[in-house]
Amino acid sequence: MSYSFSRTKLIDKIKFGLLSPDEIRKMSAARIITADTYDEDGLPIPSGLMDQRLGTIEPGQRCQTCGNLVSNCMGHFGHIELARPVIHVGYAKKVLKVLRSICPECSRLMLTEEEMEGFREDQIKHRKIYSDADEEVTKIVFKLARKSKICPYCGAKKKKIVIEKPTTYYEEEENKGSHRITPIEILERLKKMTDNDLRILGVSPENARLEWVIFTVLSIPPVCARPSITLDSGIRSEDDLTHKLVDVIRINQRLRENIDAGAPHLIVEDLWELLQYHITTYLDNQVSGIPPARHRSGRALRTLTQRLKGKEGRFRSNLSGKRVDFSARSVISPSPYISINEVGVPLAIAKILTIPTNVNDWNIEEMKHLVLKGPFDHPGANYIIRTDRRRVDLRYVKNREIIAEMLAPGFTVERHLADGDLVLFNRQPSLHRMSIMAHEVKIMSGRTFRLNLTVCPPYNADFDGDEMNLHVPQNEEARTEAELLLKVQEHILSPRFGGPILGGIQDFISSVFQFTSLNSLYNKKDALKLFYLGDVFKNKPDFNLEDLTPITTDPEPLYSGKQIFSTLFPDDLNIRVKSKFCKKCDVCEKEDCPYDAYVVITNGILLAGTIDENSFGAMQPNSILQRIIKDHGNARGREFLDSATKMLLYVIRQNGMTMGLDEVYVHGEAYDKIQQILKDANDESQKLIKALFENDTTVLKRAPGRSMRETLELRIRQILAEARKMAEETASDYIGDEAHSVIMTKSGARGNILNLGQMSAVVGQQAIRGERINRGYIGRALPHFKVNDLSPRARGFVEASYRKGLKPAEFFFHAMGGREGLVDTAVRTSTSGYMQRRLVNALQDMIIENDGTVRNSDKNIIQFRYGDDGIDPMHTDHSAAVNLDVLLLKAKNLDINQIREEMKESPKTKTTTKKPKATTKPKAKTKPKATPKSKKPDIKKQPEPDQKDQTLSDEELRELYEKDTGKNAEWRGKLTKGYLEWKKEKLE
Amino acid sequence: MVKVTQKIIEDKLDELKEDGIPEDLIEKIRGRVKDEELEEEQLEYLLNKIYINYHNALVETNEPVGTVAAQSIGEPGTQMTLRTFHYAGVEEFSVTQGLPRLIEIVDARRFPSTPQQTIYLEPPYNQSEEKALEIHNLIEQIRFEQITHDIDLDFVNWTIIINLIPEICEKKNIDIDGIPEILKRYKKKGTIKREGNSIIIDPGIEDLQSLQKLREKILKKVVKGVRGINRGLLTPTDDQKEWVIKTEGTNMHGVVQIEGVDATRTVSNHIHEIEKLYGIEAARNMIIKEAQRVLDQQGLDVDIRHLLILSDLMCVEGSIQSIGRHGISGSKTSVFARAAFEVTVNQLLDAGLYGEEERLLGIPENVIIGQVVPMGTGRVKISLDLDANLKILESKK
Repeated sequence: MSYSFSRTKLIDKIKFGLLSPDEIRKMSAARIITADTYDEDGLPIPSGLMDQRLGTIEPGQRCQTCGNLVSNCMGHFGHIELARPVIHVGYAKKVLKVLRSICPECSRLMLTEEEMEGFREDQIKHRKIYSDADEEVTKIVFKLARKSKICPYCGAKKKKIVIEKPTTYYEEEENKGSHRITPIEILERLKKMTDNDLRILGVSPENARLEWVIFTVLSIPPVCARPSITLDSGIRSEDDLTHKLVDVIRINQRLRENIDAGAPHLIVEDLWELLQYHITTYLDNQVSGIPPARHRSGRALRTLTQRLKGKEGRFRSNLSGKRVDFSARSVISPSPYISINEVGVPLAIAKILTIPTNVNDWNIEEMKHLVLKGPFDHPGANYIIRTDRRRVDLRYVKNREIIAEMLAPGFTVERHLADGDLVLFNRQPSLHRMSIMAHEVKIMSGRTFRLNLTVCPPYNADFDGDEMNLHVPQNEEARTEAELLLKVQEHILSPRFGGPILGGIQDFISSVFQFTSLNSLYNKKDALKLFYLGDVFKNKPDFNLEDLTPITTDPEPLYSGKQIFSTLFPDDLNIRVKSKFCKKCDVCEKEDCPYDAYVVITNGILLAGTIDENSFGAMQPNSILQRIIKDHGNARGREFLDSATKMLLYVIRQNGMTMGLDEVYVHGEAYDKIQQILKDANDESQKLIKALFENDTTVLKRAPGRSMRETLELRIRQILAEARKMAEETASDYIGDEAHSVIMTKSGARGNILNLGQMSAVVGQQAIRGERINRGYIGRALPHFKVNDLSPRARGFVEASYRKGLKPAEFFFHAMGGREGLVDTAVRTSTSGYMQRRLVNALQDMIIENDGTVRNSDKNIIQFRYGDDGIDPMHTDHSAAVNLDVLLLKAKNLDINQIREEMKESPKTKTTTKKPKATTKPKAKTKPKATPKSKKPDIKKQPEPDQKDQTLSDEELRELYEKDTGKNAEWRGKLTKGYLEWKKEKLE
Repeated sequence: MVKVTQKIIEDKLDELKEDGIPEDLIEKIRGRVKDEELEEEQLEYLLNKIYINYHNALVETNEPVGTVAAQSIGEPGTQMTLRTFHYAGVEEFSVTQGLPRLIEIVDARRFPSTPQQTIYLEPPYNQSEEKALEIHNLIEQIRFEQITHDIDLDFVNWTIIINLIPEICEKKNIDIDGIPEILKRYKKKGTIKREGNSIIIDPGIEDLQSLQKLREKILKKVVKGVRGINRGLLTPTDDQKEWVIKTEGTNMHGVVQIEGVDATRTVSNHIHEIEKLYGIEAARNMIIKEAQRVLDQQGLDVDIRHLLILSDLMCVEGSIQSIGRHGISGSKTSVFARAAFEVTVNQLLDAGLYGEEERLLGIPENVIIGQVVPMGTGRVKISLDLDANLKILESKK
């Protein structure tokens, strides 16, 4: 049997190791001798740092080693021979540890053979499993070996070795002073180490001998790794690495010359040390203990380590995240008329972003048309890729007709983005998977991306200048995945809590609240308009206004908002929810709630209750949207959301929703009452303050574990908070229930009572770190007050309301409190961002395996069953797999005929809605259709009795099976197991 | 219409059980259906729906549950408060909560910044405040500084005089006669005797400085109670059923040994302490509970399964591993995964010396080299059986 696999994986594994001097020489394309780069003519100097054998960076120039042009030559390493060995800084610590644990004479690890045996086994065992060293063992080995003073093999005495950071080692002998161990000596010692000893230290001698961390030959990276740039003025500017390498070569040269000339020891030592410095900074320019190498301008050089490290380093910036083509970014603005699945794309952007489309027999006319329209007219095309992979830029084609005629199957046309294309849309910070979703393109005029308002919550977007990114998938696979997995409607339910993350926001909530409240009535004309806007006629073709009975017919037939809104629901919707403004009475009267705060939807009709945030808002786990999606799927949910928002938009436009200063103007009796409340609170506080100074424990009773002063603070804060609350209530009573601001807070659209109270009654206590404001001068916060004045006013209590305006001192206190809030958010975003990064990094490789276990990428089992029950939180009903309450409600409320109707279809619903996993279980698969069938016979005709089955021919049996299960009885010419089992059961 | 009988329900439930619906769910259904007067068809409909709902809710294989969990825990982090709050009540103590506490849990810090315990008591003691106070007095740690006016130094006789406050001693149920005995445990040398309400210690030192040092030391010594429990607070539980002691400071080991303490329910927010005393499974539960409490307090809705996977990962090695460089992320086998996280260069240097192998099994590794990530749809491979296709083609001809 032959199979064809799609082969995309190219790299199987990557092995790490160190380069030996020999290897460096072997892979070197050129030995570099001269420290210069270019001569006067601007040509690279042979054997210089820019030697053409190291690869080329000039376009049009061929590499002298491989003969390729820039685009195909990946560069070649060179090398320099160092006059004296030099230590690699990164391994300085390791070298120290090793030096301390080996014999200075024979270089054996200073452990007895017996001790070694165990460790060696440990390391080998560990390597077999993890292919690296067991660092725990290594740690113990170092610790143990360091302790032994006399070599068990040659009897040599070990001396104490100290390091002078970063790369100088000394051997100390008691009362003899210390002597430097030169890299040459270190090299000698390390060279003598046996492979077996290295293994115990975790070093893998096949890939890395320890002495290779001491450079005798330095490899030079190819030029393309350190390209020089030519400025406009014609001046060449070299890369930081090149600068550093120039230094290295220059000093190396001088060192060699001095050694050859037999210069004094001291000078050679000095130059050697300088060479060590240059190579150290070449590797890492942030080593502690030595000054970083600097550019002429004083900027520290960005050398090898800096290139890799940190957020802007190669790993995090270029390897884990990559820049992409086919993307756009613009400001977003709202458009309630497009679906949540859509995004409005400016025409200007649509003409730049393209989709490669293969020309075939079916679309060739369309493609010809697009090519004819060219790159400047909207539904056009920018490029054509011919069958010989040549790319034709349509901008420069004089006669597009010729090109269009050339078009044949096998060509690729890069056509403009057009209506209906799928694109990915993203807003940073991308905190969860709903931060990138797929939308259908809708081309629009203007320069901003347009977004449906209800998708703001998952992106956490608003329109105060937010920008978003758009990416165009370029192949069929990506588009298919986007369509099936990434579309907005697939993300209405959040995996975080198993509820809808989408839903009405802000004005939609206010609107639905007004719309479904008791006194909202509409005449026939308005009702029809609303039905039209809500796509009722489109989505429910058999809907007829005559089916609704008007609430009154006096003076004309009037329909309630509740009735009209109900037309958006599916027929079997059954919900009971308490509204947000529920007064939480002791005994809930449910359906008969006097405040209309108990939402009752029975069989798709809103019988009672005012819909508000709890039943229509975003992130509400028991909302209407949640119920619809659970029963009818994502597409129906989207439909509901789209039509509801459109209907509600009209409602709010008719009603109007606004708020002005006069709405929070509290005056007359209520104002006096508020003032009285504040005065009382102030008096009470003064009384307590007096008690504190007089140490009167009857008035101010000390709280346990607190000092008197602390107790006072607690009490005053309490009193003032209560006063604010009372003032707030007074004000809100005065403002009444009709004010639009109150509607907003009551329905949960925006704001809360506290905000309203602050505007109309009193702003209240300003706090820093949860305490009244007590910083500033000695004994007082502001110079307006006397020293040690503890009264509310002096410690940041703002008696004014926002409408009335704050006094200077109050304003100042308010700014202090406000600043704390700002700082808090700034700090929070960074700390929580870091926590999230760590979490994602630690958890990201855990997935569900085919056996249902949760494992990480090493295939270690983390959980035997995901979440202990194998339930996906996204598909739960607020954490429970099955919401019994709702199902029971539905079972009881649905008309018996409706149930029968649905049960008749149920075998189908079962197999279609059920996931493949469920069907693979043979038991589970046969059961569901058996149940309804056994039920039905009483009502309808019994299907063929068992005997009749046996008379059926094989062919008929198979047909029956396929009809029943929707599965093939035959697969690859064989009867499937499922069929055989089914047949066996059937025949019995 | 026919109302369902108990027998029909049982039969149907058995059928459902055979279909792979878990026992506990069946149990729940039984409880709910029992009291409802359902018709047979309604019951049938209900169970049918339950079946569909349950199977729809099962996780699919290759689902990236780890990433989803991390995002589900991390994303609400942006909405949390940063400050240490005092409880609403007047007399309670401050508790770290919100983001700092969550980070503390995730980091598996050795010591929580506000260690706390809730001590449950065994029956006779948890019923009344007086009874509970007995235990409370045994537990709360009392230092000398709390029961003395001052500690004088007598430079003539080179002694230290501790002046006790008898009222407090009585209130805290401390036997003054027993104090010299306690002090002897700390100070083996010298003589200690009681004189009225003061204790006189003759340590046998005749040096001003060391005497002062000793005085400071004595001030901090624990007279009574469990070391580490700085303060205890007697409160009734939320449901008013019993009295519990909430403490500032923890010492699980010490508290559990006290008679009358219910060791099965007493908890501490010090996760390492729990691990040491009760083992890794208990620690796992504590991580879940503590994380859940933080999220609940902030009013954030996060499914418990995300926390389960987090704590299971932290505890899978048998000891608590932190999330981050020193824990999980640092002990990954992939060099690239470690290098892409933190301390990039050292990871690479070590990898070279140890001759490590990058097997490219995880996500970041494959992102780095530009390959398809092995999860979700990236783990599904399609193979085409050419022979079978040929056969089909031929049969069509």
